[in-house]
Amino acid sequence: MSEEKTHVEDIDRALYDFRYEDKDAFKVEGGLSEEIVEQISREKNDPSWMRDFRLRSLEIYRRTPMPDWGPSIEGLNMDNIVTYVRPNTERMNTKWEDVPENIKNTFEKLGIPEAERKSLAGVGAQYDSELVYHNVREEVARRGVIYTDIESALHGEYADMIKEKFMKLVPPEDHKFAALHGAVWSGGSFVYVPSGVSVEIPLQSYFRLNAPGAGQFEHTLIIVDEGAYLHFIEGCSAPKYNVANLHAGCVELYVGKNATLRYSTIENWSKNMYNLNTKRATVAEGGKVEWVSGSFGSHVSYLYPMSILAGRKARAEFTGVTFAGAGQNLDTGCKIFHIAPETTSYVNTRSISKDGGISTFRSGVMIGHKAEDSKAAVSCQSLMVDDVSRSDTIPAMEVNTDKADIGHEAKIGRIPSDAVYYLMSRGISEDEARALIVSGFADNVSKELPLEYAVEMNNLIRLEMKGAIG
Amino acid sequence: MPEILLNASNLKVSVEDKSILKGLDITIGRGETHVIMGPNGAGKSTLAAALMGAPGYEVTEGSATLESKDLLEMNVSERARAGLFLSFQNPVEVPGISLESFLRTSLEQRTGEKVKLWDFRKKIRAVLETVGLDASYAERDLNVGFSGGEKKKAEILQLLLLKPKLAILDETDSGLDVDAVRTVSKGIEEFQNNEDASLLIITHNAAILDSLKVDKVHILIDGRIVKTGGPELISEVSEQGFVKFEGEE
Repeated sequence: MSEEKTHVEDIDRALYDFRYEDKDAFKVEGGLSEEIVEQISREKNDPSWMRDFRLRSLEIYRRTPMPDWGPSIEGLNMDNIVTYVRPNTERMNTKWEDVPENIKNTFEKLGIPEAERKSLAGVGAQYDSELVYHNVREEVARRGVIYTDIESALHGEYADMIKEKFMKLVPPEDHKFAALHGAVWSGGSFVYVPSGVSVEIPLQSYFRLNAPGAGQFEHTLIIVDEGAYLHFIEGCSAPKYNVANLHAGCVELYVGKNATLRYSTIENWSKNMYNLNTKRATVAEGGKVEWVSGSFGSHVSYLYPMSILAGRKARAEFTGVTFAGAGQNLDTGCKIFHIAPETTSYVNTRSISKDGGISTFRSGVMIGHKAEDSKAAVSCQSLMVDDVSRSDTIPAMEVNTDKADIGHEAKIGRIPSDAVYYLMSRGISEDEARALIVSGFADNVSKELPLEYAVEMNNLIRLEMKGAIG
Repeated sequence: MPEILLNASNLKVSVEDKSILKGLDITIGRGETHVIMGPNGAGKSTLAAALMGAPGYEVTEGSATLESKDLLEMNVSERARAGLFLSFQNPVEVPGISLESFLRTSLEQRTGEKVKLWDFRKKIRAVLETVGLDASYAERDLNVGFSGGEKKKAEILQLLLLKPKLAILDETDSGLDVDAVRTVSKGIEEFQNNEDASLLIITHNAAILDSLKVDKVHILIDGRIVKTGGPELISEVSEQGFVKFEGEE
């Protein structure tokens, strides 16, 4: 009987690794300058306030130092990164048949149009720097739900709302890559769900970075009004290149009074990607944000979605899994700010490291002096698949009231050999047994995802565990 | 004598350098049910573990074959695919994998063929009923939070669905109440109804054997089979214990 190989240089990511030449696309020069930023601004037909905002962000970017507290990003040379690549299409389309062939094929292979037909209320698809497709089901649109790209929204009915909210949760002063994002952002989605409207099936935006050496800086702005419900799914992937790519997206979520927003992500960037992404939610009284996050790809990740519990009884849940394989250093976790009374948060994460991968869980929970009778629980579990991998846990808690209930639990372990033996005794091969145990370990996330996405995630874990060579 | 299914000869097994089995011989014919009885620490579970290939059980001498194939050359999953099954004394809890998907994966890995979800769902429901477990157990994580009795019932469920050539039941009756013993025993009986189903039952309790057809009984003391006989040995043990067999051979 031939066993599958377990130790190879890289896994067969054929599903994600196909790529197309981008010779027809328009792109700016590598690096950053006022000229480039203004060029992007012109390309995008920005309103003047946005153009000024970009230039101000560039200034902030220049004077802000690189982060020095996390994984090394020395391999990222900003002079080489191409910050804007327009795909070869004139405009955003609302029909797949209008999307250029190569681009359409890409999304077909990723299963996006099929998922849209079967189980989504709307889809946005971004290719490099621009949205190439955006569509929402008519019955959802009829209830007043807006789902479009930010650029269109900047010139439409919701222009003022965007001006009021854009990069207010994540200001460019926040950190260097937030400033970079402010300067060169492009694409992303704008969602508005009106009061009392419950969107029963999810919306999904998929971000595909195709061009080598490029950056993707999409901006996602979601406003869920009072008593409304939305499940938003974000997917991302890229083919592998030998040059560094950069993802510095920004997600801003406004969850209204008694509203609920579930934000699910399966991130599967290729392993030459620096994923320096910023996500933040503010939650009003009685509202709830639920983050479901699967981080698989990238060479280096810094990712800590933040929830600000701003109203009484606001809640946040964060459920995450991070898988770091060979050559990956993934620094992930979350931040929760309890600033109102009776707020609750629950953090439940799993991290897996394999073949020398480094996985660090970093969390920050802050309970402000006004957040009396608040509750926070953090549970993080790590699994090291072999002896050469690393797993660290850095949980921080700051409690400024004595009337709060907080808990923290951390576990670090290995694949239990008695479980491997037990599964093998039923005829399951050793590799498969280990893969099953690892996907079982990550079930905190898979059971929160819609079935198709749970299946995709389990397949990713299998690929990573088996490292089948292509 | 039917065709030989399992043959172990002069089997010596050590655990952490301590010699447990000291030259054990046993031959099981196809379609037969054998019982191994013996006092605590005699090596009964070691025999089961060594045949299955459990880590930490070192075979230092002797041979073991299933259908003339060398078991000792195979890894654990290969032994399972060759037709061996072990009902664990302490079934392992595996979080995040449902009983159903675990068994479907097992079947697929054994046969190399896809098992259809809906057909299998029907099958597992029926067998869950046989072993007295609620249909909802199919969706539950493998053995997680199961009571001792439920774990044993789930082992019998696996036995009935995987249909091995030889099933070793390692004290499947231990720790069970009277009703559970009856249910488990009924499940084993159903397995026996399959043509050529062969069993090696390890127990020190006669109750589970009441309704089962037994061909041979072996008394295992201090790492060796000291006596082999027919089902009549069961009542002898029940009445007189193992003392009378000590020092025999």
